[in-house]
Amino acid sequence: MTQLALVIDLNVCVGCHACVTSCKEWNTSGVAGYLSDDNPYDADPTGTFFNRVQTFEVGEFPDTETVHFPKSCLHCEDPPCVPVCPTGASYKRPEDGIVLVDYDKCIGCKYCSWACPYGARELDEHQKVMKKCTLCVDRIYDESIPAAERRPACVNACPTSARLFGDIHDPESEVSRAIREQGGYPLMPEWGTRPANHYLPRRRTNITVHEDELVRADNPLKKERDDEHEPVRGHTLDDVTTW
Amino acid sequence: MHPAFSVIFLTILIGAGQGLFLALYLSELLASSGGLNMPDGRLYVAGGVLSVALLAAGLAASFFHLGHPERAWRTATCWRTSWLSREVIALPAAMACTAAWTIAHAVGWDLSILGIDSMRPLDLSLVIGAAGIVVTFALFLCTGMIYACIKFVAEWATPLTVLNFTLLGSASGFTLATALSSWLEGEAMTTILGAWAMALTFTGALTRFASLLRNDRLKPRSSLQSAIGIRHSKIVQRAQGATAGSFNTREFFHHAAPRIYRSMRLVFMVLTFVAPLALLIPGVMLSSTALFAAACVLQLAGLVAERWYFFAQANHPQNLYYQYVS
Repeated sequence: MTQLALVIDLNVCVGCHACVTSCKEWNTSGVAGYLSDDNPYDADPTGTFFNRVQTFEVGEFPDTETVHFPKSCLHCEDPPCVPVCPTGASYKRPEDGIVLVDYDKCIGCKYCSWACPYGARELDEHQKVMKKCTLCVDRIYDESIPAAERRPACVNACPTSARLFGDIHDPESEVSRAIREQGGYPLMPEWGTRPANHYLPRRRTNITVHEDELVRADNPLKKERDDEHEPVRGHTLDDVTTW
Repeated sequence: MHPAFSVIFLTILIGAGQGLFLALYLSELLASSGGLNMPDGRLYVAGGVLSVALLAAGLAASFFHLGHPERAWRTATCWRTSWLSREVIALPAAMACTAAWTIAHAVGWDLSILGIDSMRPLDLSLVIGAAGIVVTFALFLCTGMIYACIKFVAEWATPLTVLNFTLLGSASGFTLATALSSWLEGEAMTTILGAWAMALTFTGALTRFASLLRNDRLKPRSSLQSAIGIRHSKIVQRAQGATAGSFNTREFFHHAAPRIYRSMRLVFMVLTFVAPLALLIPGVMLSSTALFAAACVLQLAGLVAERWYFFAQANHPQNLYYQYVS
């Protein structure tokens, strides 16, 4: 069985929102109709998005790190939003595990959004149906698109390759390997929803530098030996550069 | 959660309609078993019509909650998994049973129209009413379970939710039946219904207070740490991905001033439980229709505040992702 999913590398994401805008661009132009936008250039703008990048500050000043956190539907393997739907509009595709909403059956009762702990579902204020990430289901199987681009729009747009896309049930896929080798984790595992999307954690990058690597003991000119020269006090390179 | 008045009125109106039918059927059982004088039928017809009207008004209110009311018929299809779908089936079924029961009283039919001669008055309405009782309790269960089955909302995910919907709906229906009976019927019936209304209101006060105590002691299962998967004791949101509001900030917060939110608890405890009891007791002693009517109106108003607080108090874990607009 296939379970398509996104794996998002929080170590690489720079919070540029390219995934947000490319998602909005692709999905507002699709056959399912536009994604609402109200007052986009005015006070109190609001609209429907499948994907949002949030920003968190971790630690206490001055030792803080900024974590950019893209969030979209996680396509849970046990999606709590599906069984509560009274009309069957919300469903999980058996063939690839994508959780979708049938916009022609949805009555806009918002009950599924209550049953999602991640806040992944948003009611479109104009079409009055529930909307959420489709993993670009209208793109990834489209054979008129070059094979290399048959990926969700957000994955194609990411300039740092922080977003991986693939089948997490295939142990040899790029996403499975990333989850396995880089400690990929799901969100809110305490609820047992088994999200398909995983996140790769921040990684500490350390280089061990030994003293003899900084100072070449065999340097015949001994120019790198600080103790033999007075430190130069004066203009820095930036100060004297005139171009 | 955002308290939507469509859902507030849906649950209050159908609760009162169901409770009224329970009260009428109970009095019919008592009368047919010889414990009371048989009412002349005006109470049952008027009460039955009022009960169906309340259920229908609740159903109408629910349509205002839907984005696409014209597709509402589809909601009956997923009864295998969805409590909302089950409620959508149980509500018209309860209306049908109550309406049939009322018609049986209005026309005066008994089981002899089916060729069965039980020699008991009201036998047909007793049979229809028994089915109505089953469906009425099923409807209470469905309505409560819609909220109790969402495990993410800890304030709702308790059997107390179902119990409170049942007891508060029944209490308001019995208070209404007491007022009706005082207007249309004799003192004996009114006293019995009034005693039931007081007992249900008192029990409802206890269970609702129990749920408030429970909810005050809840520890959230999710944290910002588990929400974004970063193990650090100090995490602050700086941007939620939108420069202003979104569906997520509108649907899952009550947006009321803290002062109003806190005072609502006292308001609903007084209006739903204390004031009706304070009016029902002298009402029974003086057999005063005006006092019963006042108790009924105050209790229904109190239930609006109670239901508002029920929604407002529920804290959804998705709010962890929507704490700060930048």
